[in-house]
Amino acid sequence: MSASITNSVASFSGLFGLEPKLPKLAPSPYFWMPPSASVTTENTDALYNFMLWMSLFFSVAIFWAMVRFCVKYRAKSRAANEIAAKTSQHNTMLELTWSVIPLFVVVPLFVGGFKGFVNLRTPPKAAMEIRATGQKWKWLFTYDGLGTPDDALHVPVNTAVRMIINSVDVIHSLYIPSFRTKMDAVPGRYTDLWFKATQTGEFPIFCAEYCGTSHSDMLSRVVVHPPGGYEKWLAATIAQADSLTGKDRGAMLYEKQGCSTCHSIDGTPKVGPSWKAIYGKMESMTGGPAMKVDENYLRESMLDPQAHIVMGYAPAMPTFEGKLSDKDIDGLIDFIKSLK
Amino acid sequence: MAAPSTTVDVVAPRSSGSDNYLTHDKGVLSWIFTLDHKRIGVMYLCSVLTAFALGGFFALLVRTELLTPQRTIMDHDTYNQMFTLHGAIMVFLVIIPGIPAALGNIIMPLQLGAKDVAFPRLNLASYHLWIVGALFMLSSLAINAVDTGWTFYTPYSTTTSTAVVPAAFGAFILGFSSIFTGLNFIVTMHKLRPPGMTWFRLPLFCWALYSTALIQVLATPVIGITLLMMIVERTLHIGIFDPMLGGDPVLFQHFFWFYSHPAVYIMIVPAFGVIGEIIPVFSRKRIFGYKFIAVSSLAIAFLGFLVWGHHMFVSGQSVLAGTIFSAITFLIAIPTAIKVFNWITTMYKGVIHLDTPMLYALAFLWVFTIGGLTGIFLAVMSVDVHLHDTYFVVAHFHYVMMGGAITAFMGGLHYWWPKFTGKMYEEKVGRVGAALVFVGLNVTFFPQFILGSRGMPRRYYNYLPEFQPLHVLSTLGAYTLGIGFLLTAFYLYKSLKSGKTAPMNPWGGATLEWHCSSPPPYYNFHKPPVVTAGPYDGYENLMYDETISGYVPRKEKIV
Repeated sequence: MSASITNSVASFSGLFGLEPKLPKLAPSPYFWMPPSASVTTENTDALYNFMLWMSLFFSVAIFWAMVRFCVKYRAKSRAANEIAAKTSQHNTMLELTWSVIPLFVVVPLFVGGFKGFVNLRTPPKAAMEIRATGQKWKWLFTYDGLGTPDDALHVPVNTAVRMIINSVDVIHSLYIPSFRTKMDAVPGRYTDLWFKATQTGEFPIFCAEYCGTSHSDMLSRVVVHPPGGYEKWLAATIAQADSLTGKDRGAMLYEKQGCSTCHSIDGTPKVGPSWKAIYGKMESMTGGPAMKVDENYLRESMLDPQAHIVMGYAPAMPTFEGKLSDKDIDGLIDFIKSLK
Repeated sequence: MAAPSTTVDVVAPRSSGSDNYLTHDKGVLSWIFTLDHKRIGVMYLCSVLTAFALGGFFALLVRTELLTPQRTIMDHDTYNQMFTLHGAIMVFLVIIPGIPAALGNIIMPLQLGAKDVAFPRLNLASYHLWIVGALFMLSSLAINAVDTGWTFYTPYSTTTSTAVVPAAFGAFILGFSSIFTGLNFIVTMHKLRPPGMTWFRLPLFCWALYSTALIQVLATPVIGITLLMMIVERTLHIGIFDPMLGGDPVLFQHFFWFYSHPAVYIMIVPAFGVIGEIIPVFSRKRIFGYKFIAVSSLAIAFLGFLVWGHHMFVSGQSVLAGTIFSAITFLIAIPTAIKVFNWITTMYKGVIHLDTPMLYALAFLWVFTIGGLTGIFLAVMSVDVHLHDTYFVVAHFHYVMMGGAITAFMGGLHYWWPKFTGKMYEEKVGRVGAALVFVGLNVTFFPQFILGSRGMPRRYYNYLPEFQPLHVLSTLGAYTLGIGFLLTAFYLYKSLKSGKTAPMNPWGGATLEWHCSSPPPYYNFHKPPVVTAGPYDGYENLMYDETISGYVPRKEKIV
């Protein structure tokens, strides 16, 4: 029985192109940077390369001077008691010169960085909007209020996209290296970022702000569709997701809503209790009497997770109130009941 | 200006081993309740080195875990606790007190020509508070080690189930310890300078400690109150930072970095001071641009207060705020560059002795240059958006903190070791140790610049398999560092047991501590020295005497 459930989860994973748990890092044409796939990367890469050469120049110059002086002026021995040549102790012109030279270098860098930053922070007015919600430990993407049909971010190529970002628990940070952009997801407020993908394909998304146990597993992918592909994908996915009911819907949501990050279905305890054979069990609760895991307990745990915590687990789960419909909750309960 | 023939009119008697600060009193209590700055400094030093060993051990565990993209030796939560403890211990227990409270306490009053610091009891209280703070911090380890990262960002820190309160309270107490040291040093340098010791005759180490002390006194109260507010929110659920309770999590970041950016200068400015001592002495040449170096420390201390927002370019902070913080950050590059240029120029036409302290100083110059230059990448706002919270940042601050502050600390430790222990270490092994540390830290942290640029986020337990080769390289570097430090611990310990007796002035320094015997007498100076020249004047009037392996005043003066 449980094997068939695992299969059904796997088949949904297949449906949404999920098999590889890890996003693939596309090979990069550059040594230092990941591939560049958004219009916003140009400023960043140009400044980065300039600074790389500048740093190389200064560090080699300083290293060269250091080594040369050490070789050329090395003392014979302590006993030789050589006396250093009298050179000037200070030279105001020289010191002003090397105070001003760095100033000439950094002013253009500042201006360049400022221009790039303002561009990164100013989405075009016509940008399409996608919401990203951070929660421990999953990104949820919502398209025009159309639910979260997939755990990857899907966008059309050559289209400005504005991500409206928030968090339901602690601070996360949405980071897309190939777009050279990131923005913190802060609970209690909205932040945003934008990009315009220039290449189709898949690029990794990371959570860049430390958020606890599975911070490093809070990974996703951005899938950049060729023209027309995005609309087709959206229609198909939504239709597919809407048609599911009962435990199949639950199995789908188990992956999509991030339940799988903390709850296993094979009995392994993770951040939360495993769902295997949990239905109908008596569980001891932290700071309260034991409770039976029935429909009401499961529903409460999704909507008000901190109300009753199974003994031995941390109160880490965010609420899914407003994110799960009654149909979704029924589906998840059916799914949990089926895990014998 | 013509250098006067001597710097002081009194030379303390050569060490006879009869009475010095180590032998003046006996018994454990004479140490625990001592009011002598040198003994307090030595106790600080032992404690800081112990904490360094512990923090280093955690670092090696973290690096070992990162050998493979998945689990290697520990689970997710343990890893998160390890990097948190590594960071918190290294910042609060090692680097912040390392140079000022340990080396500074031992050396600064001697260099100044004073009998002690201005408030010896406050000095002792500072050390006792350090111990209490350290115990609080480590008690978190025994309960359920804190896993917030050393930054304690809310609302994670107010909601995680680990023992955040003892760790944060420990940092709060350590803050008081740091304030006491800073206050003491400021008053000491204002009030206890002997006749002739004008401000511009202060050694650069004192200037650096003075600048540091100003930051300690002005910035540390902010972290204290911030951590208290966080504790209050966590225990009493008063909403300050947690949006669930009506607070603002970004406010915590402002408060935190208002202290913690200046704290970066608490860590690195004393290192500048040490380098400013070592380079002229081992080049046998007066420092170039003394006033520029002295004043640039003050400039850095001042500017350091105005840049905290550069840690928050992607936090949702306004574009205008980010712009101002970025601009001021660039200004700091200037006094910093001045120092590096001045140190290098000091070596020009010098007579350079490549002993262990000088090797550490040279390592510092190279490594700090890389740390400083990569800081410019992070000050450029658009580039920081990509690099923020990646391994690039990790590499940058390790190049500055480990490569800069710790390397300078090691240099200072070797430079003054003969002075305060009265023993010489094995010079050849010392050079091998310095070389291992230099190679180790470059191999550890340079690959991390590449990792970060390619997008590897920091504080990751699992990572994409593509990143593995560079992580393996970095871990091998960390093991090299570990071996280098173990070797150093070994030969320094051996020198205490069986080292040669140190002469009064093994390196030919001209600052006042070299006019005391090694180890210095209990009261430092039998009568207050009268200073008639600058701290780096008169190397030509010192002569190396092979019979004692140290420098003595030259019989016929050279003018």
